[in-house]
Amino acid sequence: MSSPSLAGPAKAATAASAEPPAGSKPHGGGPIPPRHPGDRVPPPEESERLPTRRRFGAETVFRGASTAAGTMVLVIIVAIAVFLIAKAVPALRANTENFFTFSGWSPNGAQPRFGIGALAVGTVLSSGLALVLAVPVALGIALCLSHYAPRRLATALGFMIDLLAAVPSIVFGLWGREYLAEPVKSLSAWLHTYFGWLPIFGSDGPYGKSILLGGLVLAIMVLPIVTSLSREVFLQTPQMNEEAAYALGATKWEVIRTAVLPYGRPGVIAAVILGLGRALGETIALAMTLGASFVISFDLIGVGGNSVAANIANQFGEANDIGRGALIASGLVLFAITLVVNMTARLIVYRRREFVGSAA
Amino acid sequence: MTVAVDLKARRLPRWTPVAVAVAAAAAAYVVVFSLEAFGGGLVLSGVAAVLLFLLGLFALATAVEGSRAARNRIATSLVYAALTLALLPLISVAATVVSKGAARLDGEFFTHSMNGITAFDSHGGAYHAIIGTLQQVGIATVITVPLGIAGAIYIVEYGRGRLATAIRFFVDVMTGIPSIVAGLFMLAFWVLIVTPVFNDGRAGYSGLAAALALSVLMLPTVTRSCEEMIRLVPAALREGAYALGVPKWKTIVRIVLPTALPGIVTGVMLAVARAAGETAPVLLVAGNSASINMNPFEGNQSSLAIYIYDQAGLASQYGPQRAWAAALTLVGLVLTLTIAAKLLARRNTFAR
Repeated sequence: MSSPSLAGPAKAATAASAEPPAGSKPHGGGPIPPRHPGDRVPPPEESERLPTRRRFGAETVFRGASTAAGTMVLVIIVAIAVFLIAKAVPALRANTENFFTFSGWSPNGAQPRFGIGALAVGTVLSSGLALVLAVPVALGIALCLSHYAPRRLATALGFMIDLLAAVPSIVFGLWGREYLAEPVKSLSAWLHTYFGWLPIFGSDGPYGKSILLGGLVLAIMVLPIVTSLSREVFLQTPQMNEEAAYALGATKWEVIRTAVLPYGRPGVIAAVILGLGRALGETIALAMTLGASFVISFDLIGVGGNSVAANIANQFGEANDIGRGALIASGLVLFAITLVVNMTARLIVYRRREFVGSAA
Repeated sequence: MTVAVDLKARRLPRWTPVAVAVAAAAAAYVVVFSLEAFGGGLVLSGVAAVLLFLLGLFALATAVEGSRAARNRIATSLVYAALTLALLPLISVAATVVSKGAARLDGEFFTHSMNGITAFDSHGGAYHAIIGTLQQVGIATVITVPLGIAGAIYIVEYGRGRLATAIRFFVDVMTGIPSIVAGLFMLAFWVLIVTPVFNDGRAGYSGLAAALALSVLMLPTVTRSCEEMIRLVPAALREGAYALGVPKWKTIVRIVLPTALPGIVTGVMLAVARAAGETAPVLLVAGNSASINMNPFEGNQSSLAIYIYDQAGLASQYGPQRAWAAALTLVGLVLTLTIAAKLLARRNTFAR
């Protein structure tokens, strides 16, 4: 870390793009014509003139194009909000029930009646269940990859977890519906037999597509996100903190508890919130594993459950104009919520600039 | 006279965990599996074995090594248990997809469409869907890569002040936008508002709309990975170019981008892999079709992901078979791209 060029990417970038001193100002436009020793030296007034920035040179065009491309992101986010609102308002006007509290979805008739009451409850339940199941496991894996497993094994296993993130959600949905459903049915029956006194395990069947099944599939999908970001934060714990704890006679677990976890807490919180954002917006896997009911229920194991995103995929096929508007309105709610959730997570991450390195 | 003090703490022998594991497994087998306590069953026996192992190890370690060491042992076991638990679904998904998908993965599957095939025919294939996926993802890549690279150049090389911070922040936020929202956006914007103008008022579902929705999802990931790669280009290279009087734009095009290229390719491949597996946005705007449509700019198109969703929903024995075969194809495509990208990233030093 002796030469300035190695002093971290952020500093390096600042140094590189800072305007060079006035004397060595680079050309605004074309290259300097090459001069050979035998060439006649041009008259002084021509050669001594410093190169100046051309008003409409390649530099200006390039800079403008890249700025425009960067601004595209902001434009798209605003455009999403604008066009969703534009298509949602007519449907919301036609709605004869309260959009936020009514639980039912029949927007295609002469008297459109639809609301996201049951959908919102189902979304919260399935995402909550997914996080409850996934976060402890994800933190365990992250710790294992960062502090427990030998380096080579950790690399290979981290690769496997990344592959889990690459599997398309439709495949998880298909797997959940065709393969996981049977084990979950027996698990549901077992939970009801021994823990039936808890209201969440109250249903006595028939079992099948349920919040439990959807939540399990969702948990598997959220796992890699939470794992990869937490692993990165855990890896950034200052070596000194850990060694100091070891020097005081701490066991490995005490080092983790006193040095690694407190240091990584904001990152872990951000990772969990990002996982929540993913869980809230997951569509196809839930459309295939939830029961698509419109009853508000806190029962996890009985056939039922629904979510805002899954409902869009399920209802789109038979939607007319008002029906599409209604789905777009529910998508708008989803967009607003995930935007807030993601912004919160990113703000937490940005407070600690050290771990901006993840695009998870 | 010296008093012999034993400075070494008492430790359990190295084979203790193995012994405890064997004992726990045996106990779980006898109590849960044979006597059918709590309903019995193989899975429950496994869970019971793990719990007994943890309890036994904790009790032994507390008695011999003290409570701190015992807690340390439990933490280690739990951490490794979490890792094993996470690998189970991955293995299960892979095994299921391969075993169920191989049944219908034949020549016909890759050369025929679903045109004229009803739910109760055993024939039919995914040719039209594969064409759709390739075209849609291809168009999305063509749209996204220049935009993403240019955006990353702005963020790293030109951006200063509030605008650059805002763009950086919202690129990150945008990676978290649900894919269904991108689909709804293109439905509201392209299919229901823009295309009716050229189409006598009819909504224009097409492969292009799907590609546009996919580009909304790909843009932030591509921008983000390009930004990271461009940031990693050593400042000395840029400064060298400036010192030779090379203008900034030419430095970027001739020095910075070629240096960052391997990393950029990796990032793009990962984004392509992710986009190829997206279902929700394509489902809303591509229109779906059972026949081959080579023109992504007009008419309904299918894609592998929609094909899976469609066939899995059929109430016949043949639909799910085709769905699994398509799932195997899709997973093969996506994982090949992902693994290739990761290997490429490992080969060059700039990428992580």
